[in-house]
Amino acid sequence: MKIIESGNVAAAIGVKLAKTQVIAAYPITPQTPLTEKLSEFVEADEMEAEYIAVESEHSALAVCIGAASAGSRAFTATSANGLLYMSEQVHWAAGARLPLVMCVVNRGLGAPWTVWNDHQDSISQRDAGWIQIYVNDHQEIVDTVIKAFRLSQTVSIPVMVCYDGYYLSHTYMPFDVPEQDKVDVFLPPYEYKHTLNPAKPENLNTVTMPFSRLDTDGVAQPSYMNIRYNLQQELRKSIDVFKDIDLEFKGIFGRGGDSIITPYHCDDSEFIVVSMGSLSNRIKDVIDQLRGEGIKVGALCVHLYRPFPDEAIVNMLADAKGVFVFEKAICYGNQGPLFSDIKAALYTQEKRPLIHNFILGLGGQEIKNVDLYDAIKQSCSAPETDNDTTRWLGLER
Amino acid sequence: MNKEITNAVQLTAEEFMYPGNRACSGCGLSLLYRIGLKAMGRDCIFVVPPSCLTVAQGLYPIAATQIPCVNVTFASTAAAATGVRAALKAQKREHTKVVAWAGDGGTSDIGIQALSASIERDEDFLYICYDNEAYMNTGVQRSGTTPKGTITTNTPIKGKLQKNKDLPAIIAAHNPVYIATCSAAYPIDFYNKIQKAQRLKGLKYIHIHTPCPSGWGMAERLSITVGKLAVTTGLYDLYEVENHKKVLSGPSAKLLKRENLKQVSEYFKTQSRFRALSKEQIEEVQTEVDSKWQEYREEMA
Repeated sequence: MKIIESGNVAAAIGVKLAKTQVIAAYPITPQTPLTEKLSEFVEADEMEAEYIAVESEHSALAVCIGAASAGSRAFTATSANGLLYMSEQVHWAAGARLPLVMCVVNRGLGAPWTVWNDHQDSISQRDAGWIQIYVNDHQEIVDTVIKAFRLSQTVSIPVMVCYDGYYLSHTYMPFDVPEQDKVDVFLPPYEYKHTLNPAKPENLNTVTMPFSRLDTDGVAQPSYMNIRYNLQQELRKSIDVFKDIDLEFKGIFGRGGDSIITPYHCDDSEFIVVSMGSLSNRIKDVIDQLRGEGIKVGALCVHLYRPFPDEAIVNMLADAKGVFVFEKAICYGNQGPLFSDIKAALYTQEKRPLIHNFILGLGGQEIKNVDLYDAIKQSCSAPETDNDTTRWLGLER
Repeated sequence: MNKEITNAVQLTAEEFMYPGNRACSGCGLSLLYRIGLKAMGRDCIFVVPPSCLTVAQGLYPIAATQIPCVNVTFASTAAAATGVRAALKAQKREHTKVVAWAGDGGTSDIGIQALSASIERDEDFLYICYDNEAYMNTGVQRSGTTPKGTITTNTPIKGKLQKNKDLPAIIAAHNPVYIATCSAAYPIDFYNKIQKAQRLKGLKYIHIHTPCPSGWGMAERLSITVGKLAVTTGLYDLYEVENHKKVLSGPSAKLLKRENLKQVSEYFKTQSRFRALSKEQIEEVQTEVDSKWQEYREEMA
């Protein structure tokens, strides 16, 4: 069934269809309509879940950590400073290997205050050990929330579904609502190997030494570093797991198949523009325009940012003459994070493309198609100029 | 199981905390932890933030207890307990009790926001704050409940300059279903109060005074003696609060009939952490304690 709704409501519908059992949230713009909708679902008995209106984001994720540890499917959502306030818990949830899902409705960080969109909030948590997926439209929001629950449960790693504040959260688009019976087939009930259970007591997340110790059966158990190594190994494996889950979803719902990255005219292009989130939609329009002028340029949208799908990205970019990375975040004091990641991925290639970096749209700074057009056209016409530099696009004079 | 007991012989012989745990000798917390588990029985889940209890329960992969426990971040104890409770409700496992057990720093300082909100939401779990009056696990730094004048490792010369927070009173202002204060020197009182709390639905708060030989500067064998002195000098009161009504219990109730309590100086001189207290400061405390008990006598006699 197709409906027209906001991106936040699309996310709420995904959470409901996933039969989430515990929801905890604290209000922050632009996430609020999502969690308001969930509270409405629960109060109207359209959804059988515990909705906890907590006093902070730190507690929101704490509730989810407690609930997931005790064997229930849990969800929270936040934005910007809310995500930073819960940052300790973000790292904790990954270390505890909890199957959780959190929507991050992307917003710029204070100071100074901004409520408008960029990716600095979720990017700041990229090293926490979560899986991060950036989506482009309302259909992807609802579908990805459902896939995220399946993925987090399969690999026992929490998943962040990131979508752009206002551009997606508050705009209305038609999308297909997945059928509940099909979701039930795709997403089995929640399971967690170490569920808190008095019949089988375990002490979870206890102090772990920098060396292996024997358990009561005399079997050596891993040190802290070994446990963290396992997280890294399984994060890397989850790239393929996500691909498989996405294909299974496609088999059931007829949508998907490009869960990791989405190429657009990459096959025959000399130049490729890389971006994440709703910006990719805008870039596609500009690509159409430039291709109409005979410029061989394509686009690559990165959905899965952590774990970084370097192999898939290198396959798309290695033969390009120039790669232009447009992003709504900056590693202050260095360069764009996606730019760094792509350069690192390309390092082992014998022939590396020329590469440009554009930082844009911070704190909702207007992104004009004409600016994108000019920047991409300029880069295509003189890729050697300013190779390996980071430029800011859209600054006002 | 649900009957009040009067002596230790009536405690269940079943142990949920094993020897070889990592508590220091003479630890007031470990005594009440052991008794508390006996009172709670097997069907409960613990939520524990960084504290002496984290260490006492054992290092991975060995646990000294027979109770499922999730270790959580410092500020999040009450919120994580909320999550465990919500999960149990969602799974219709509501018979299982949830117990949050944190220290005085973890409760009166970094954890107070989450705790306050949990009481306001009237979550259904038991919160126990063990109060050894400083951050003992990190090496004896001052906390919100450290008494005025106490030498700690970050009030090393002058002693703490400010008064302690009255944490149970702060909790009482939230009016949860049940509040009790207890002492490691009176474990049977603790046992009975836990039993009572576990029969009630809603948020129950128990504050326990737990002598700490290494942090307080006293011999290990003196934990019970000093714990008793805190009560019998009238410094630390054992009571229950229900429906805004405060009732002195057990050993403290007995003091109501006495005209002259032991002098607080008797308590202070047992511990080297009070060495910076001047005569005037001790007299000031004595005056406060005397007037508090005068009020108690007028209210409760």
